[in-house]
Amino acid sequence: MANLTINGKTFTLDVEPDTPLLWAIRENAGLTGTKYGCGIAQCGACTVHLDGVAMRSCGISVSEAEGKQITTIEGLASGDTLHKVQEAWIAQDVPQCGYCQSGMIMAVAALLNEKPKPTDADIDEAITNICRCGTFQQVREAIHTIASA
Amino acid sequence: MNKHISPRLNRRAFVIGTAAVGAGLAIGLDLPLGGPSVVRAADGSPEIGAWVVVRPDDTVVIRIARSEMGQGSLTGLAQLVAEELECDWTKVTTEYPTPGQSVARKRVWGDFSTGGSRGIRSSQDYVRKGGATARVMLIQAAADAWKVPASECRAENSVITHTPSGRTTTYGKVAEAAAKLTPPADVKLKDPKDWKLIGKGVNRLDTADKTTGAMVYGIDVKLPGMLNAAIKDCPVFGGKLKSFDEAKIADMKGVKKVVKVGDTAVAVVADTWWHAKTALEALPIVWDEGDNAKVSSESIAKWLAEGLDNSQPAYVGNKNGDAKAAIAGAAKKVEAVYSYPYQNHATMEPMNATALYTADKCEVWCGTQNGEAAFAAVLEASGLPAEKCDVHKVMLGGGFGRRGQTDYVRQAVMIAKQMPGTPIKLLWSREEDMAHGRYHPITQCKMTGAFDANNNLIALHYRLSGQSILFSLRPEALQNGMDPAAFQGVAQSGEAAFGYSVPNLLVEHAMRNPHVPPGFWRGVNVNHNAIYMECFMDELAHAAGQDPLEFRRKLMGNHPKHLAVLNAVAEKIGWNTPAPQGVYRGIAQVMGYGSYVAGAAEISVTDGSKIKVHRIVASTDPGYVVNPAQVERQVAGSFVYGLSALFYGGCTVKDGKIEQTNFDTYNSMRINEMPKVETVMVPSGGFWGGVGEPTIGVAAPAVLNAYFAATGKRIRQVPLRDQNITFA
Repeated sequence: MANLTINGKTFTLDVEPDTPLLWAIRENAGLTGTKYGCGIAQCGACTVHLDGVAMRSCGISVSEAEGKQITTIEGLASGDTLHKVQEAWIAQDVPQCGYCQSGMIMAVAALLNEKPKPTDADIDEAITNICRCGTFQQVREAIHTIASA
Repeated sequence: MNKHISPRLNRRAFVIGTAAVGAGLAIGLDLPLGGPSVVRAADGSPEIGAWVVVRPDDTVVIRIARSEMGQGSLTGLAQLVAEELECDWTKVTTEYPTPGQSVARKRVWGDFSTGGSRGIRSSQDYVRKGGATARVMLIQAAADAWKVPASECRAENSVITHTPSGRTTTYGKVAEAAAKLTPPADVKLKDPKDWKLIGKGVNRLDTADKTTGAMVYGIDVKLPGMLNAAIKDCPVFGGKLKSFDEAKIADMKGVKKVVKVGDTAVAVVADTWWHAKTALEALPIVWDEGDNAKVSSESIAKWLAEGLDNSQPAYVGNKNGDAKAAIAGAAKKVEAVYSYPYQNHATMEPMNATALYTADKCEVWCGTQNGEAAFAAVLEASGLPAEKCDVHKVMLGGGFGRRGQTDYVRQAVMIAKQMPGTPIKLLWSREEDMAHGRYHPITQCKMTGAFDANNNLIALHYRLSGQSILFSLRPEALQNGMDPAAFQGVAQSGEAAFGYSVPNLLVEHAMRNPHVPPGFWRGVNVNHNAIYMECFMDELAHAAGQDPLEFRRKLMGNHPKHLAVLNAVAEKIGWNTPAPQGVYRGIAQVMGYGSYVAGAAEISVTDGSKIKVHRIVASTDPGYVVNPAQVERQVAGSFVYGLSALFYGGCTVKDGKIEQTNFDTYNSMRINEMPKVETVMVPSGGFWGGVGEPTIGVAAPAVLNAYFAATGKRIRQVPLRDQNITFA
């Protein structure tokens, strides 16, 4: 059993302590917005925030995540008000298939939290998610749009 | 060398699949509408023909038969229907009819297959007619109510106006009456100059849910009482499952059942997928790997290289003059051998499908590029008739050609059939996905060019050796053994025609089919043919001492559309002005999927091994551009896909298995490696070409030609990873 705080709510989940956080979120908490892509922390599709820091949830065990504030894509908006990254993503039509975009949005939200006006170099360094559709151009443009707002 | 056998074909599935496709040609195209009796959508709203449902609140639901996988054609197809329908775009929504519904209605929605960049171009005529037909019926219904001639009424933005009196009504108000009318036998489509919505870069219809986690992909499907399955198929293609010791994992947490899946695979079914995967990894499995376990990349390369020899049999795909004689008597000859490896599609969402089998019904929920092929697979694997099966399509986490295959659907049904009444979600691990792709075919190519004494190109011999996709997946499409698709981009005519005039030309293919199963990998045979041809064109230009652009132009006089896109990129990148200090340019063009494309790159190279791509310019002529914003994204994405394959891709074979297992050994480009793609659209009208694939072909040769310009070194093999060349 583990107690996880996800999007401000406490979940008591029947999982082994070494279960990757990704699968506890998806299968036990039932929040499927966080995606499985590689399972080895390479692609970033499973990115969530742990105490505000972007982390790849496939590489973190449930026991490591206990006691931390976990935010998933479902918890990024404030009630009905979308996060500025979500708004920009919609306005600028960033996603293609969209599968990697939960992780991409979480990574970008964490970057903007840390650096509200990131340079291209900041973006290059912080955003390392794989997108096989190739949305990088729209991702970069949308980040700059948010930063200049 | 009989160990290089082709994968076993499943005859039954194949017969069902082609029967369904054949019917489409006969019925689907001339029956875009339902019968005269009112057909209702699930919510009770009336259909105005099969493509359009109008709700009382004026919401218009447009049916989409093709699959959305990120390429944007769901939105583009809706634009086509809405253009003719004259409806309010802000009230448009879409839905997928199921393949089962389509079959029950004599394939009223036509072909579901979403590959070959065909989504828009192959259905544009009948979906526009579907929209126009609905508009005529809605106007007629209003005219009937007003007792005026329909010719005095017009529609715009879902509002019908009786012009003389100024009376108005809306689509929602007359939908019930319209649905009862007999559809007109024929409708006139708008002249392209009158289009208002086609050609506009409107936002996609499916974006919002992709930003909140609400979009449901196959991996997210949840059904009451559902269990999860993880699977391992024999890692050597063609091998079999010999035995497994399920007692060893029976007590592991969550494990419900261990099942054999066909002759080649074993699956663990558990409460969660994590438990299923964990137990599967602990399961002792014995494989009967068979003779294919002796095959390696080296043995394949050797076999393909033998096919480059002119003494070996080959199919001729394009020919004029006498290339061999002209080469023999030429003043100067240039020869080069290139190769292209296997590539995995590596969709971000690994293969998966959810199946529920009961004695009298089998339903599947999955992302698929071909709902009807998935449906045929469900029939075949369940043994149930069409009326007892269906497939519910959900969003694809990438397709790129991989999800046109139905192996994962069949597996899910085979597992579910062993647990009747329990929904089973089968999910492949990334490792399983890498091990059991349907790979970009492997080929080599020897090219020989010959010049006369004035450095005019007088002959070209293009000899491919390697794998045929159609041989494996659609043998009925072979022509006396020849794979016509092998010549995509270098064909004599058609939708992937060669863009140069060479007086003596011989293009041929020595077909050699290793045991690794090939598939349609976004861009397909255009990819390697464009690399071979466009890099070799560059070699020929340099051998002739001419500018690569000017050299090409001289050969393209009879190919004005090919030339126009080439000129467009040349102008945009500033080919005739010097590049910045230390920056070098490369250029390439090709035709594929009915469209003309070209690309140019500016790169710099450090230490001969570190490439920075500074600029990419791409041009495309798809005839008509339905949604320029989406075309721009497809073109840019094509560079990411094509350059990922060039730099990082490549699947190698050892002991009959694929060696790469995950993104650590099969990497993909990141944002820091990708410059902005400057897209120039030059639609010339009069034809409908595809957009999703052709540009991939020019991505690699543009960069490779720039690399030569920078270093004087030719790269004739992919990927660059294996030559210690990386992004800077």
